[in-house]
Amino acid sequence: MPKLQELQDLTVQVRRDILRMVHKVNSGHPGGSLGCTEFIVALYNEIMELKDEFDMDGKGEDLFFLSNGHISPVFYSVLARKGYFPVDELNTFRLIDSRLQGHPTTHEGLPGVRIASGSLGQGMSVALGAAQAKKLNKDSKMVYTLHGDGELQEGQNWEAIMYAAGKKVDNIIATIDYNGQQIDGATDDVLPMGDLKKKFEAFGWDVVDIKEGNDLEAILKGMKEAKSKTGKGKPVCVLLHTVMGHGVDFMMYTHAWHGKAPNDEQLATALAQNPETLGDY
Amino acid sequence: MKKYIDQGKNDTRSGFGAGLAELGRTNPNVVALCADLVGSLKMEKFIEENPERFFQIGIAEANMMGIAAGLTIGGKIPFTGTFANFSTGRVYDQIRQSIAYSDKNVKICASHAGVTLGEDGATHQILEDLGLMKMLPGMTVINTCDYNQTKAATIAIAEHHGPVYLRFGRPKVANFTPVDQKFEIGKAVMLNEGTDVTIVATGHLVWEALIAAENLEKQGISAEVINIHTIKPLDGEAVLKSVKKTGCIVTAEEHNYLGGLGESISGFLATTHPTPQEFVATKDTFGESGTPEQLMDKYGLNNKAIVNAVVSVLKRK
Repeated sequence: MPKLQELQDLTVQVRRDILRMVHKVNSGHPGGSLGCTEFIVALYNEIMELKDEFDMDGKGEDLFFLSNGHISPVFYSVLARKGYFPVDELNTFRLIDSRLQGHPTTHEGLPGVRIASGSLGQGMSVALGAAQAKKLNKDSKMVYTLHGDGELQEGQNWEAIMYAAGKKVDNIIATIDYNGQQIDGATDDVLPMGDLKKKFEAFGWDVVDIKEGNDLEAILKGMKEAKSKTGKGKPVCVLLHTVMGHGVDFMMYTHAWHGKAPNDEQLATALAQNPETLGDY
Repeated sequence: MKKYIDQGKNDTRSGFGAGLAELGRTNPNVVALCADLVGSLKMEKFIEENPERFFQIGIAEANMMGIAAGLTIGGKIPFTGTFANFSTGRVYDQIRQSIAYSDKNVKICASHAGVTLGEDGATHQILEDLGLMKMLPGMTVINTCDYNQTKAATIAIAEHHGPVYLRFGRPKVANFTPVDQKFEIGKAVMLNEGTDVTIVATGHLVWEALIAAENLEKQGISAEVINIHTIKPLDGEAVLKSVKKTGCIVTAEEHNYLGGLGESISGFLATTHPTPQEFVATKDTFGESGTPEQLMDKYGLNNKAIVNAVVSVLKRK
């Protein structure tokens, strides 16, 4: 089990990767990536049970589906630093002939990715299919997902949320990146979604709130609680309260950095706030 | 002309149901999903024999496509069942991203295609689905012509890795292809050799093409009839060989002329062997309520329409 400090060091390094990736190509989505860094780091390095080698079927291991594919920088960095592909390949993010497409895809054969995402609202359905395949295969491992909160405005999610409870898909933990921001502004201004906790509960889900979604200890504790609720006939939702742009002071508490890359000066400032730990790619 | 015997009218969707039931017995990885149209899709037998491998999704086709994609992760071969309209246009982006772009081994099985759905009217009569599906990279597109062929195709696509769109229909039509046929994806079927004109037909128009060829023979016109069940990948070689002999072609399908089989063939011939062509297809219109026979007649989708198209194309040779 990695020590908390090791996870913390990895988190800072992943943050640097995200910033450098989007800066290099002057495009990509740093805000949500930074906000979910602790979560994805914890998921891949502490929470999920993973096999050493990647294969598409993922039998006998936990699976993760990133539904909000635009936060690909954090996904790619964590996958690379977990050993799914060479860390140096992060240099190719969004460039021609790269396996690291703007949004994650299986099309270029990047290990660690099992579904294309980017067009929002589709990941939960896919995850439910994978979870039901696990049940058919008598595979007791879990399926984890991540979704943006704004993404829940897509109707397909609610078809999936209704289905998961109705069909007792209880080997799934769906996490919502509850940062309250989307491209055009605060979710409450763009399209208020009301009380998400009550909505999920009304649909028949168990809900775990992680109030400090950028705190590794809180994430580990909350996800442990979430896992303890699985296997009991109900799907489990985690409301992960995060701050978009976390770890870079001028990117926090705003939607402004949802899909905007820092310039040279901004990058230097941001990197100074996240000093190198494991070594840049 | 070679004679074809109707072994007894039956619906292509029942061929799908029979094929799926057989797969249930022979392939443990095959699973089936349906969006509240089990009876219409004739999926009862599979469900009765394999309840644990059937997923009733409810009226939520987008979710069904995503779940099907997910089921492939774990080695399952999902067959989704709903009407053609709800199998394509309604869920295009789900198919595009979660199935086609993700190269998932999902078989999208679509009944009630075209105007022969009948009385329900245009909301349910999709005439654009072949075009929507053939434009997706990596998607195999099949439109079967009778019960036997649909059953054989259903079984064959389970052995093919990759996304497939299998289109069939509602009405009982002539069942004339061999009961023991081997279905080869992407391979045209020569039904009648002829010398004056090539008729290439798919789906419900194949039987009509055979009737048309008989009537043409009485007028002294020798028609070659080819059944193309796989719109993509297209058997261009078979088309090319035939038109080099006949010099003209009529394509026949229960679909809009935009985006259909005829369009694929004209695109192919334009770059290989430009050939006069007439299209028996709907002419960029929606359908309407009516009986299948009335609608096929009104929209020019029967043997009469094929004969007329042949007469026209022969003048352009």
